[in-house]
Amino acid sequence: MELLQYLGETVIMTILDVLPIISIIFGFQIFILRESIPHIKNVIIGFAYVLVGLAFFLVGLEEALFPIGEVMAQQLTDTAFMYGHLERVAETVHWSDYKWVYIFAAAIGFSTTIAEPALIAVAIKANQVSGGAISVWGLRIAVAIGVAIGIALGSYRIVTGTPLHYYIIVGYIIVIFQTMVTPRLIIALAYDSGGVTTSTVTVPLVTALGLGLASTIPGRSALIDGFGLIAFASLFPIITVMAYAQIGQWVTERKKKEDEDDDS
Amino acid sequence: MLRQFNQFILSFRDSVKDILPIVIVIAFFQLVVLQKPFPNLEQILIGSLLVVIGLNFFIRGLNMALFPLGESMANAFARKGSLFWLIAFAFCLGFGTTVAEPALIAVADEAAEVAAKGGVIIDSVVSRSSYAFQLRITVALSVGIAIVVGVIRILKGWPIQYLIIGGYIGVVVMTMFAPEEIIGIAYDSGGVTTSTVTVPLVTALGVGLASSIKNRNPMVDGFGLIAFASLTPMIFVMGFGIIR
Repeated sequence: MELLQYLGETVIMTILDVLPIISIIFGFQIFILRESIPHIKNVIIGFAYVLVGLAFFLVGLEEALFPIGEVMAQQLTDTAFMYGHLERVAETVHWSDYKWVYIFAAAIGFSTTIAEPALIAVAIKANQVSGGAISVWGLRIAVAIGVAIGIALGSYRIVTGTPLHYYIIVGYIIVIFQTMVTPRLIIALAYDSGGVTTSTVTVPLVTALGLGLASTIPGRSALIDGFGLIAFASLFPIITVMAYAQIGQWVTERKKKEDEDDDS
Repeated sequence: MLRQFNQFILSFRDSVKDILPIVIVIAFFQLVVLQKPFPNLEQILIGSLLVVIGLNFFIRGLNMALFPLGESMANAFARKGSLFWLIAFAFCLGFGTTVAEPALIAVADEAAEVAAKGGVIIDSVVSRSSYAFQLRITVALSVGIAIVVGVIRILKGWPIQYLIIGGYIGVVVMTMFAPEEIIGIAYDSGGVTTSTVTVPLVTALGVGLASSIKNRNPMVDGFGLIAFASLTPMIFVMGFGIIR
């Protein structure tokens, strides 16, 4: 019963969140474009599906996955888990003490990205526009690997306390270099994939991980060092998506070469 | 009727695949690494079911409403041929969807807390909420401008990489001058601006615009709006940190 009430409240909250978008769209449609929307009935039903779907999705995450995931992030970063087998907690932390944290960071980054609705949407669109050349799952997995690397590296950064901008600047240099050699068709999509990775599913769990790490490691401040994981999660997918296109191109070229060799 | 049911089961199976990785990761870490039993298993099962149903509905609505709407509006603007109204729409879409974004509100509140603790602003409820509000407006403005620049790029057919690399240089330069405590927040603010409803709409708008203009390739020119929307907030938020 409580769950139903919560669901109802979340549906209303989602409607309020989407209200600005709806009013801008319909405002422009009615007053500026002065055209009726094609298949208006379908669009309204579709909007209702989106709102109800998002509300169910959010309530489900908050009921099932977020509480346990957040507790897990705290437990894994807790010194009691890490040094439980030792008599005394070490004075200074060594980055390798946190190996389970990096594995958890990568795993949770990968799996939450696979479930990210905004990424599913972009992957479906890219598949349609490319005429099937870009596969929905291929793109999603490429992005998810990028987020996994990003979050794991971001956790390492919080543990070691190195400045955030060093990593970001090196990442930018890699992106610029890849842009020069990658197939032209993928460039815009790759840049986009950085922005879509981090929304409903990823942000809460990753924030819990960052804050947990920063608050348990001596010398780190949760308020200053806890930030930055999202930035990593938005940068590395750009690199992996371009790599995905490069590998795809390489495989096709090799195949073509082999076919030519067979012919001769 | 039977066919519809079959279709429903099929799409349901797809949504289960989408959330399966999270379930496996959480189960593995809980049972194998932390070696603890699951607390209230029933709640977790009901929650997972809701996630699957929700995702299924969302994707259905995506193809019925968000994609067609974004594309039909792009076509209508192209037919109307008024640059002014297209740019006004682009700005409103970017600004309007960002200013009320819940993830941004959360980050802005945290940023205000950092600023108060760091002595940048007076630690009072009023000054903190005004700082958070100004930060939100800054980010929303930056997203509005980003979508406008992105739309102009599609119209002109400029290659995206020059604009993005220019943006990167902007980020690096701003990082050198921005106060230490704003950098992490600024970098993160790029990631939180684009919500689940905005992304499909904006993507369909870009692709629709690129397909309705001659000599534009929807793949090369249509994508990229989201990229601008995640880059400009970093520059603007660091600028905000410098001016404050």
